[in-house]
Amino acid sequence: MAETYRKKKNYFILLFLAGGFVVYTVFLVVPILHAMFFSLFGGPGIVPKEFVGFQNYIQLFTRDIYSERFFNAFKNTVIFFLIVTFFQNVIGFFIAIMVTRKFSGNTFFRRISFLPTTLSVIVAGFLFTLILNPVWGIFDKFLEVMGLGFLVRPWLGTPSIALVVIAVVTSWQFLGTSIIFYTAGIDAIDKEVLEAARIDGVGPLAEIRYIIFPSILPIVGIVTILIFIGDFTQFDIVYAMTSPYANPQYGTDLFGSLFYRAAFFPIGRGGWGMGMGATVATMIVLIVTIGVIVLMMLFRMQSMGAREEGDR
Amino acid sequence: MLKIKRGTTKTLLYVVLAIYALTIFYPIYLMITTSLKENEEIFTSPYSLPQSFNLDNYVQLFEVSNYLTYFRNSILVTLTSLLIIVVLSSLISYVLAKYKFFGSRFLYFYFIAGLIVPIKLGTIGIIRIMLSLKIFDTLTALIIVYTAMGIPFGVFVLTDFIRLIPEELSNSARIDGCSEAKIFFKIVLPLLRPALAAVVIINFIPIWNDFWFPLLLIRSDNARTIPIATALLFGQYETNFGLVFSVLAMASLPVIIFYFILSRQFIKGLSAGALKG
Repeated sequence: MAETYRKKKNYFILLFLAGGFVVYTVFLVVPILHAMFFSLFGGPGIVPKEFVGFQNYIQLFTRDIYSERFFNAFKNTVIFFLIVTFFQNVIGFFIAIMVTRKFSGNTFFRRISFLPTTLSVIVAGFLFTLILNPVWGIFDKFLEVMGLGFLVRPWLGTPSIALVVIAVVTSWQFLGTSIIFYTAGIDAIDKEVLEAARIDGVGPLAEIRYIIFPSILPIVGIVTILIFIGDFTQFDIVYAMTSPYANPQYGTDLFGSLFYRAAFFPIGRGGWGMGMGATVATMIVLIVTIGVIVLMMLFRMQSMGAREEGDR
Repeated sequence: MLKIKRGTTKTLLYVVLAIYALTIFYPIYLMITTSLKENEEIFTSPYSLPQSFNLDNYVQLFEVSNYLTYFRNSILVTLTSLLIIVVLSSLISYVLAKYKFFGSRFLYFYFIAGLIVPIKLGTIGIIRIMLSLKIFDTLTALIIVYTAMGIPFGVFVLTDFIRLIPEELSNSARIDGCSEAKIFFKIVLPLLRPALAAVVIINFIPIWNDFWFPLLLIRSDNARTIPIATALLFGQYETNFGLVFSVLAMASLPVIIFYFILSRQFIKGLSAGALKG
């Protein structure tokens, strides 16, 4: 009796797991492993057939045509990530504090903050390209009216400025996510603690510094990690605002756009062949994985494993 | 929550939030009003409200493209993948939460590892698999990829949630002679509803708005979704401002309306996700 029950249970487990396991394995895990495996192959033709060992990696770091692009994209991605992280965490945090105060209309502001996030990155990117377009000049005219005409410049035509612009547009779009995350964290703080602190004469700034900030620190960690993963493969905003060639002069080239060109463009028009494309993909996988682990440690988040342990 | 007593702080708060709201609304307002203007008006009076309610740009958009097809494709792909994600990840989570077997802990980590590794980076392999399965350039290819993409988060949220369901419930059903499948569908699934809503809401936006996979997996016009169609139309009619703005507005309005109807659920779902992590 017990024996048949256990057997039945085993079949049941297998059946339930099988579908999800197959889809997830074949279409997510295998493709990532495929990139790692493929990065060891080279040779002429679209599909590389010749086993070359770590030759692709050596090329990536030593041959100028590859390494220049790779390190340029790395540098840009880091700057892009830092700008977005700053906006989403700092401004997001302060707006979250504001909308968690008691005043009429606070839920309205919470709701609208998430509105830009519902748009597609492509739409946001095109929209701001048009707003910054010098021919139409809607943003430049606005600056002139405000007496800031001296600031007008080719927003998407200067490498260093264009990178900041696409980072600000990305922040505009995703600020709502961090606001919602932080308000959730602030709302979860025990009201009695805040009440007691106020009776003891704790001012609003001290309250933010000593009560609110420490209790939402884990959420700051989650937000930062989500931004990190998103930004290190960000592609859409580059495509929409500065083309897959990351104009001007690769000034806005991120890992996402570099990988896109390297893997899928014809050789001679920015493509590096599939073997090198897979090498770039593998490098990004490694950087993202290591980065996430470092960030997790930085935020002293117990790893998911530790939390699992605690649950049991 | 704290009451704000001093009037000045309150004024300041409203001013800051009003400016923030303006930065959100103004670009969207600009997009919609410009799409309702004639080309000449766009340049002569860019800031004003449209002189007349002019739908010419939209009429032209539907003439030059198969917009209804793109719209239908987006809805079909999003709904189907969300449905499959919900079914598969709740089944996986149920087994992982309620049964101890060799490798069950490993399997849990195996599934949630997908939260960290971006599926985009496996696109070379995905294209080759889709080609060999002969589903390259079909909506099926998109649905499968989005399903694989959504499972890790589903498993992450649902496994914890199912653990909280008391074991006594399923045990007493077992004594009553319920099969394991029946326990899942009749007892566990109904209790999961709030968590399933969070999974659907959090996966909805990246799937509906995804641009990367249709760019690389779709070639034919009749399999295009809204984001890829938006990009192609934008490139094609770049100088026709009125049309281009109607393209952007058409891509955004359905989601904006959908969001305003369900914003409460959206925020609840997201908040649940935030506290879970």
